[in-house]
Parts: sequence; structure tokens; C-alpha cells
Amino acid sequence: MPEQKIRVLVAKPGLDGHDRGAKVVARALRDAGMEVIYTGLRQTPEMIAEAALQEDVDVVGLSILSGAHMALVPRILELLKANGQEHVRVFIGGIIPDEDAPRLKELGVSGVYGPGAPTEQIIADIRAALPGVAA
Amino acid sequence: MELAQPILNGDRLALARLLSRVENDTLEGRSALDALFPHTGRAHLIGVTGAPGTGKSSLVNQIALHFRKQGKRVAIVAVDPSSPFTGGAVLGDRVRMRDLAGDPGVFIRSMASRGSLGGLAAATAAVTQVFDAAGFDVILIETVGAGQSEVEIARLAHTTLVVEAPGLGDDIQAIKAGILEIADILVINKADRPGVESTERALKTMLELAHPVRKVFRHHGQVMELNGEDTPDTGLWIPPVQRTVATEGMGLPELLQAIERHVAHLRSSGDWARRERARLQAEFDLILREMLVARFLANLPPKNMESMLESMQNREISPREAVYRLINENKN
Repeated sequence: MPEQKIRVLVAKPGLDGHDRGAKVVARALRDAGMEVIYTGLRQTPEMIAEAALQEDVDVVGLSILSGAHMALVPRILELLKANGQEHVRVFIGGIIPDEDAPRLKELGVSGVYGPGAPTEQIIADIRAALPGVAA
Repeated sequence: MELAQPILNGDRLALARLLSRVENDTLEGRSALDALFPHTGRAHLIGVTGAPGTGKSSLVNQIALHFRKQGKRVAIVAVDPSSPFTGGAVLGDRVRMRDLAGDPGVFIRSMASRGSLGGLAAATAAVTQVFDAAGFDVILIETVGAGQSEVEIARLAHTTLVVEAPGLGDDIQAIKAGILEIADILVINKADRPGVESTERALKTMLELAHPVRKVFRHHGQVMELNGEDTPDTGLWIPPVQRTVATEGMGLPELLQAIERHVAHLRSSGDWARRERARLQAEFDLILREMLVARFLANLPPKNMESMLESMQNREISPREAVYRLINENKN
């Protein structure tokens, strides 16, 4: 029986070691019926793009608390594109200064969320970004 | 064929996308599987199963590293459970496999079980066929954290590793039917922990009960003793017990040797071909059943079904009699 699920890669690029937020989001997306591939801490942009390719995900969710987002995110977007995965939607959560959010969106990021963002909002935004995929 | 050709050419993006289509059981996925089938049958399928937390993912990571050292291309299919309530899943096996990142000779795919209960997902076998056709030499299949009856992996894999850890149960667990019976190789992981001796003793006792030939047998009226290591002549495979500490790589060279011995045994005894046949037969049966049921239901007028349900509910006719009648009616 054909069945399609939204597949999401949740990754923590960079060097900060706090993944509670990423786990909370992973769990919330699971409860929304999505299949979440969790990669763990300290992933390089190359590792993230490679995992996104192998897992054929629809969405990459990045948790960044280190302040390195303006270095890491463009690199990840570039690698996704180079791999032929420009259709993958990228969402970012963490500590992102207000002035950086519009710049990230210009680069192609679909959503930016700070501390306290309701998971319902993230779920709704992911679903809206992927018309035609179930769950 | 347009989906299949890039797989044979080694296109990783095409491979990833086809795996999704096969997992979702789409029509394109099915026809690509048919086109790829002549290119399958070459890979060595190794199943890794065991209770949650015994270290299956870490072990798979280490086994893959060792096969890479031999220059073999390795695919990993890691299955984790889907929520029975929401259908969602968190697939976390990659966390333990970061040593493999960036190696183009490795391809890791996570799968949610999507309601299947045998320890694998319904499409796991099909996914391994795609990897096989894509030219991977070794396919490691990690089951969901298994309890006592998730034994489907033994039907799919050539070699099944059952992973145990010290302190998980007493000897009575070792003589129960189920998961230990399917082991081609028993692995005691986390072997640096206390209790490893008693776990090993329990497993070996279990093996001696299952394979009495190991200990003592009669030969021309004389009682002879045999050690498990050198019994190739009997044609019996006696599962070895291997100790490992996967996080440190301890015991891995010995485990790899045991896997190689098992492959040699499968080849020389003819079991490789027998398992292959049994697997194809099972797959054929499954597809036949699915198609016959679908065809039958498609030809069944809904009102007939309704009236049968009515009769069953009124206890006028049993479900078996209902099926019997519907089949015979439909024939006429």
C-alpha cells in the first residue's frame, strides 16, 4: 500500500554540545507523524548534506546555538544544491539574532525559530512548505 | 528502466530516491525493482539483531569499518520502530555511525518499521535488493531493538548476528525459543562489563543443548570429544560466541573472521543456495497472496460482502464458510 511520510533530518552542526532543543523538536515532529532521522552532535556541513542525500529527506532541521550560523548555513545550502537536493527545505532553530533571520531567509532558509517557539508552529510551517506529502 | 539505469551507474542521488519509492511501494518503485532483479544476488546480507541497548548500531559501525578496510562497499539499512499511535518515528542509528561519514564506499539508510512486527519494515527486503543491484558487496541490516520473536531477519540475511550484553537475563532466557535460535553468530557486546562470564556460560550451555555433537559423540563404538572450532566435516554450523566491546573495536577482528568462516560454510555446504531459494519462495508466496486477494476483492460486488458480514454478525455463518461461499460464487 503506497504510503508517504515527511522525512526530516535533524542535525546539530558546529561545536556546541547542547542538543536538548533538537531532541524536543525531533520528538514533536515524531508525534506529528513524521519520520525523523536524528544525527547527533557536532556534524560538519559535509556530514549533514551527505546524510540528507542518503536518507532522501524532504526537510533538514538545524539546531545552532553557537552563533556560527552565518558560516554554517550557507555552506550547508550550497552542498545540498551541489548534490542535486535544492528541493530540500531547511529550517533553523536556536539562538539566531533578529537581524540575521531575514538574511538567512534570503539565502533560501524556510523558517527560523528562537527559544520558546511553539512546536505546533514548526510542524504547521513544515507541512505548508511541502504540499502533497502526507503526515 | 529509466529509474534503474542510474542505479547501475552508481548515481547516489538516484539511489536515494529509488529507495524512497521502493519504501513507499509505488508503481515506479515496483517496476524499477523488476528491472534491477537480474543484477541482484551478489551481496552478502548480514543481519544484526538483539535487545534495545545491546549496542547493535555501534557494532554495525565497527563491522562496516572493517569491511571498508578490505575495500568492500558497504550499505547499511537501519530499522527503528514507528509509533503505533501517530505513525511517526525517530530514527537514531546514525548517531553511532559517525565514523562512516564522508566515505563514498558507505551508504546508510534509516527505515521506520511502519507497523511491521517482525523486527524489519515491510520494504526492507526490497531495499536490500536495490543496494545489491547497486553493487554493494556487503549489506548490514540492523533490526529494531528485538525482543523474543522478531526473527524475520533470519529469513532475509545470509548471516544473522544476535547481540547480547552481560546482565540481561538468566539461563532460562537462553533455553527459550525465539531469537537465540536464529543466531549464526552470537555476540556478547559490552564484554568489559561484569557478568560476561555467566552470560557466556549460559549461551554456551544453550548451544550444547541445541548441538550435542559439539561435546561428545560416538564413533565406531568409542566416545569422542570435539571442540566447536574444528567440526567442518559434520556439515553442521555451530554458532560461535564472540566477545566484543564495539565502542573500542575490541574483538572485532575475531568477529570478522567468524563472519568469513560462516560465508565459507554457507558456500561449501550448499546452504547459501538453499537460503536463497527459500527466500525467493517466501517472496513469491507473499506477492502471490497479495495479488490474489487484491484481485478477488476487486471482483467482489460490495453488496455481496455486506450481506455476508450481516450473516456472520447474526451468527448464521462462520467467517470460514463465508470465504468459502464467496470464492465459489465468484467462480461461477
